[in-house]
Amino acid sequence: MSLISTLARLEAVSTGRAQPAATVRHRHLADHPLVFVPLTTAGEAGAPLGALVGTDRDAPRLLVVPQPRDRDLRFQFLAELADVVLPYVDSYAGAVEAAERNETDPETGKRVKVEVELCADAPQLIVPSRAGIDFVRLLGRSMRFRRTAEQDPEAPHPAPPRVPLLGRWLTHFGERARVPGSALLLAATELLSRHWATGQSTLEDQHLGALLAWIDPPEGMTGAEAALAAELARDAKGQLLHPPAGPATDPAFDNKLLAPAIERYDRARTALAAAEDGLEADDRLGELTAAERAIRDLVASRTRPTWDAVWRGLDLLRELPEGARVEERWTRDRWSFTSHRDRITAGEPPQPRRDDAVTAANKLATREREQARLEAQEALDDPLVMAGRRLSGEAFAGEVTDVVMTYSEGKRPSPRPLVTLRTDDRPHLGERVKVYRSLGGKPQSAEFVGYDDDCVVLRVLDKMGRGKEPEAGSVPEKGDRLCFTLFEHEQRGGAKLPDPEDTPWTHGGPPGEATHEAADPLTAEDVL
Amino acid sequence: MPLPRTRGTALRQQLAELRGPDVPAKALDARALAALAANPGCRRRAILDGAGVNKATLASALGSPSAFGQSQFALTRGNAFEAKVKADGGAELLRLVHEKLDRAAEPPAHARVPELTAIGPEGRTARTALALREATEARGEWTLLDHPMLALDVAGSPAFLEPDAVVVHPDGSWTVVEIKSFPMLDGSADPAKVGAAARQAAVYVLALEEVAARMEPSPEVRHRVLLVCPKDFSNLPTASAVDVRKQRAVTGRQLARLTRIQDIADTLPEGTCFDPARPAEELTAAVESVPATYAPECLAACELAFHCRDRSRAAGAVTSLGRSVRAELGALTTVPDVLAAARGEAGDPADPTVVALRRAAALRAEALDTGAPGTGALGTGVSGADVLGAAACR
Repeated sequence: MSLISTLARLEAVSTGRAQPAATVRHRHLADHPLVFVPLTTAGEAGAPLGALVGTDRDAPRLLVVPQPRDRDLRFQFLAELADVVLPYVDSYAGAVEAAERNETDPETGKRVKVEVELCADAPQLIVPSRAGIDFVRLLGRSMRFRRTAEQDPEAPHPAPPRVPLLGRWLTHFGERARVPGSALLLAATELLSRHWATGQSTLEDQHLGALLAWIDPPEGMTGAEAALAAELARDAKGQLLHPPAGPATDPAFDNKLLAPAIERYDRARTALAAAEDGLEADDRLGELTAAERAIRDLVASRTRPTWDAVWRGLDLLRELPEGARVEERWTRDRWSFTSHRDRITAGEPPQPRRDDAVTAANKLATREREQARLEAQEALDDPLVMAGRRLSGEAFAGEVTDVVMTYSEGKRPSPRPLVTLRTDDRPHLGERVKVYRSLGGKPQSAEFVGYDDDCVVLRVLDKMGRGKEPEAGSVPEKGDRLCFTLFEHEQRGGAKLPDPEDTPWTHGGPPGEATHEAADPLTAEDVL
Repeated sequence: MPLPRTRGTALRQQLAELRGPDVPAKALDARALAALAANPGCRRRAILDGAGVNKATLASALGSPSAFGQSQFALTRGNAFEAKVKADGGAELLRLVHEKLDRAAEPPAHARVPELTAIGPEGRTARTALALREATEARGEWTLLDHPMLALDVAGSPAFLEPDAVVVHPDGSWTVVEIKSFPMLDGSADPAKVGAAARQAAVYVLALEEVAARMEPSPEVRHRVLLVCPKDFSNLPTASAVDVRKQRAVTGRQLARLTRIQDIADTLPEGTCFDPARPAEELTAAVESVPATYAPECLAACELAFHCRDRSRAAGAVTSLGRSVRAELGALTTVPDVLAAARGEAGDPADPTVVALRRAAALRAEALDTGAPGTGALGTGVSGADVLGAAACR
C-alpha cells in the first residue's frame, strides 16, 4: 500500500467516513449487468444452496435447492440458472461490428489484416465478493464436463441440456476475472475498495456490508459505528442482522434455522413417498410445498440484503465519471467474449482441466502485460493514482521554464528540443533515462539530459512530425504544465511462443492428441 | 503443614487461580497453537491460552462475543469423511500413505491398529508413547494410530494435541496424517486451507519429535505429512504429500520465542482472575492488565479479537489498519500523531517518515484539489489537478 492510500485510510478513521482512493471510475460498468448472489452449503464442494440472480434490481429471480445434497435438485437449480444466464449472454452474442485483426498468413508467413467480427457489447457478471468469483469458477468446473442425454445417451444421471454450456461460460468468466483490469466478472467489494479507502484494514474491507457502511454511512452514524453494526449486530434469536455476502453462510443460521428447515423438508418428502392413497398424498404434498416454501423464504432472507447492497454499491460507483482509458480495456473484454463465443459455435471441447504448457505460458504473459497496462492507464487517467507514482519517484510533474531548439546530427537533422522543467518531485532519473508524456492520447518520449539548478532538462525525441520544423503543438512551450512518467504508457507483447505442437521437451513436449475429458464419475458416496 | 511447592506446581496453582476456582481448563489444540505462534508477541493470548481460559466465553462476558462457530453441515460432512477414510482398519488410509510417501516399502496388506484409550490426557499420552515404541520395534509392519494423544510444552505449560492419525512405517519412521474435508480439485486445493493444515501438522511433528527424542535409538519423524481430502466433487479420499519443513521451523522458532508464561504471570497484579462469572468491569480490568498485540489477522484466529480491536481502535493505534501500515509509519504509532505530522503540526522535520508523509499529504491534496497545503508546489494559478488532468488528457 502506498503512503498516499495509508494516509487516506487514516483520514477515514479521523473523519468517520471513507475517503476517495480514485477520482475516476477505473472499471467499465455495463448498463445492464447481471448480478449473481449465490449461497453454498458448508462443508460441501459445489453444492449450491440458492441464489438471487437477474438484471433488474427490483425483480431478482430466486433459485433454491431445498436439499443441497440431492443431485437431481442440484441439476434442477443449475438448469434454472442456465435459463437466466444463457439468454443474457446470448443477447450480446448477436450484435457484432466489423473489426480487423492481425493474423499470420499460413502460406506466406506474413502478418496480414483479417476482417473479423467483434461483439458490439459484452455481458457483465457482478458478484458480491472475491469468494463469489471463486464460486463462479467452481460452478463452472463442476458443470462443463457433464454430459447431456443428447450428447451421451449411455451416461448415468445425464445433465439437463444447457448445464454443460453454462459451465463453459462460467469457466470463461472466472478465467477472465484473473486478468488484471478486466470487467467481465467483477466483485462488488473489490470494485468499491479500489475507489474508496475506509478506516479499516483490507481484511475487513472484504465484508461488503462493512465496506458500504464506511462509504455511505446511515444518517447520524460514523462509518466505524455502522461498519461494526454491519459486521456483528444480531437479533434476539442470535441471527446476524446483516447476513454475510456469501457464498458461505453464517454457522448460526445453518444450525438454528436452515438445518431444522431442511430436516422438515426431508421428513415431508419421505412421508409423501410413503403415502398410500391419493387423499393422503394430497395432504402430504401440501406439507412438502410448505416445507419448501420455508426454505425459499430463508434463502431469500439471507440473499436479499446482499443483493440490495451490491446494487447500492453500483449506484455509488456510477456517480464517478469513467476513466478515459476504461473503454479501451472493455474492448479487450469484448474480444475475449467474442473469441469464446466463436469457440463454442465452432464446437470446440470445453476448457481442459489443466492447460498445456503453451496456453499456460500465454495466460501468464497476458496477465503480466495487462497488469502493467492497468497500472500505467490508471495513473494516466487519474491524478490521484499519478500522485502515488510521483511519490515513489516513477513520475514527475512541473512547469516548463525554458525550451531550446536543437537538432540531431546526421544527414537529415530532426528537431530535438531541450525542455527545462521545474519540479518539486524527486524522480529516479539516471543518465539518458527515457520518460514519457501523453500527447493527444499517444505517448511522446524524451530522455533525461541532466539537472540545471533544481530543474530537470529533457530532450524530446519523437512525435514532432517528419519535417525539420516540429509540428505545431508537439513541442512543449514555456509556462506549460506537464507530467512525465518513467514507465511506458503502452505495453508491448513479449516474444512469441512456439506452437503447442512444437512445445520443447523441457516443458512436457507436445500435448499430443486432444483427448476428450470425461466428466467426474458419479459415485454413491457423492451424496451422504 | 503444606508441602514445599516446586516451581511447576506453583505455576499450575497460579494458572488455576487466574482461570477461576470452578472453571475447568480448556486444552490447547494444534489450531490454537498455530495461531498463537503466528502472533508470538501477544502476551494476552499467551497467558489466557496457557491458563486454559475459554476465550470464547470470556469474550462474551466482556461484551464482544466472538463470531466463530461451525456449521453442523460441515461438521457432519467432516466426520463422515474421516470415518470413511479410516474405515476397514484404515486400509484406504494406509494405501494412500504407501502410494504417496513410501512406495519402496511392502504394501500394507494388514496393519496393527493398537488400542489407545486411557484415562485423562496424561494417560492417553503415555499410552500413545508406549504404542509408538512398540510399533517402532515391530519392524516390517505397518501401524496406524487412530487419534493418538501427544503432549507439547508450550511456554512452560503442557498442551495436549490429538492428530487425526499417525502412521508408523515398516522402517520405523513416523508420518503425521491430516484429514480435511475441503476438496482437492484437479489435484489442487485452496492454498489458504492447505497452509493452515500444514501449520497444524507442523505442531504435531514437533510434538512427535519430542516423543522420538526420548527413545533410543530415536526414530525418524518424517517431515512430509499426508494431507487427505475428498477428491473433486465426490466423497472419495485422495491425498497429497505436503512438505512441512518450513512450517515446522517457523512454528518451532515462534513457540520457543513465546514469553514464558511464568514471567507474564509474575507481572500480573495480585488477585487477577479471568473467571467469566465476574462482573464485566473487573474482567475488563483483568484483561487490560496484560498487553495485547492486536493486528487484523487476529480476527481470523482469536476469539478475543473483537475486544482487542475495540481497544486498539479506541487507542488510535495504526496497527488496527494492518501490520503493513504500521511498518510504513516508523515511530508514529497513533492515528492523531500521523495526521498531525502529515499536516505539519507536529513531528520532527528531519525524520524521513515525517518528510515522506508531508509529501504524500501534499501530493494527495493537490490531486484531490482541496486547496490544502501543497497546491503551491507547482506554482500559482492553475491547480495541481488541472495540470495533471490536462497532461493526461492531451
